[in-house]
Amino acid sequence: MKQILFIEDESAIHKTFSDALAKEDYEITSALDGEIGLRLAKEKKPDLILLDLVLPKLNGFEVLKALKADEATKAIPVIVLTNLEQMEDIQKAIDLGARTYLVKSNYDLSEVVDMIKKASKEA
Amino acid sequence: MNVAEDCRKYGTVLWQCPQFLFFIMGILIIISVMFSFSLGKRYIDNPQVTLLLILSLTGVLLSIAFIITRSFEQLAEANRLKTEFVSIVSHQLRSPLTNLKWGLDFLMGEGAARNQQETGYFHILRENIGRMHELVNDLLTVSRVEQGTFPFQEKEFELQELIKQVLVEFQSASLASNVEIQVEGKRIPKLYSDPSLVRHVLGNILDNAIRYAWKDVEAAPQGKRERNRIVIRLKDKGSSVRVEVEDNGVGIPAEDQKYIFQKFFRSSNAVRRQTEGSGLGLFIVKSLLEKAGGHIGFTSEENKGSTFWFTLPYGAKTYKEITQPTRG
Repeated sequence: MKQILFIEDESAIHKTFSDALAKEDYEITSALDGEIGLRLAKEKKPDLILLDLVLPKLNGFEVLKALKADEATKAIPVIVLTNLEQMEDIQKAIDLGARTYLVKSNYDLSEVVDMIKKASKEA
Repeated sequence: MNVAEDCRKYGTVLWQCPQFLFFIMGILIIISVMFSFSLGKRYIDNPQVTLLLILSLTGVLLSIAFIITRSFEQLAEANRLKTEFVSIVSHQLRSPLTNLKWGLDFLMGEGAARNQQETGYFHILRENIGRMHELVNDLLTVSRVEQGTFPFQEKEFELQELIKQVLVEFQSASLASNVEIQVEGKRIPKLYSDPSLVRHVLGNILDNAIRYAWKDVEAAPQGKRERNRIVIRLKDKGSSVRVEVEDNGVGIPAEDQKYIFQKFFRSSNAVRRQTEGSGLGLFIVKSLLEKAGGHIGFTSEENKGSTFWFTLPYGAKTYKEITQPTRG
């Protein structure tokens, strides 16, 4: 069973994703802020990280930077899942090492699930 | 004091910028004081009277200048705050809308058991979430255009190829409304512009042309009972390309035509025919085109149809800054 860490402050999205991905044989670990997310990434070393950018305590960019700076977590693929769609945000996240950048509101749930499945297979 | 920096913050043209106005007023006051002084010197014998007059005049002019520039500053600040507010609210609305959309996607997903009535309600919910999503996106685009932060990405592309792609997107809508779409015009040079901008502009004009086609040909006035038809024409205008979209739909009432590019304006046709829309589409299209150095216009006759056209320079490598926000 593949492990996914989902760092996102909206609990409703955690619920939807957990239910949608449970069907696909994934185990989801939820973190509601950047600090917890970073700690869980180091502890659990998941196969894939889904990361929002607007987060309490540590924002998504800070989390991404810390993940890529740490030898233990730098190889974990990170998919940024956010509603920020300014070019500078996209560029910054890609420069910091995000594998994919998805603007949430532009995709259906099934499309995002498919992308997660594809990314976790490559991981 | 950095006048250019402050003016950029307000997003106004230079001559409407409070700081610039204050600067100009200062120069005018100095000129008028010097002029008054030379007049006083020539016609008034008593230098004390001249001095008093000059001081009074300076005081009055300075007060007027202060009041005028202060008013402009307040207006510009209110406009900036409004645009910022729209941007923040739109961003904040996106997250709960995504939650709703994905929650509904899950409920409507494969294997979910539901009866016909529930399915019907789910579709209503999905349609309304989609409409709200579009409105939020439109508001965000308006706020970005007004703030001058819309992300343009220029590159070289074939317009004909892009039109083909847009037509594929509209295939089902045109079939559903029984509209035949033709493209006319010989091959034109490649454009150096933002393809997503052209896609947006053409998509919006086509969407309107399909929405306002005759739904029921029998309901059309006598002599108008022909097949719904849209013709896209490409014309090489030397330094720019002109794209025309002609339809034989319901047209725009003459009294509505001058308002058609205004923010939130919906013509009486739109209301009567109960078509959905926020009234932002053509406003956005016009603002974006102008930013890209292009123009848009139309001719229309009620019950006969409309022709919308837009032009874009072939190689506009430097976009004009939108510095004058549209009020509305």
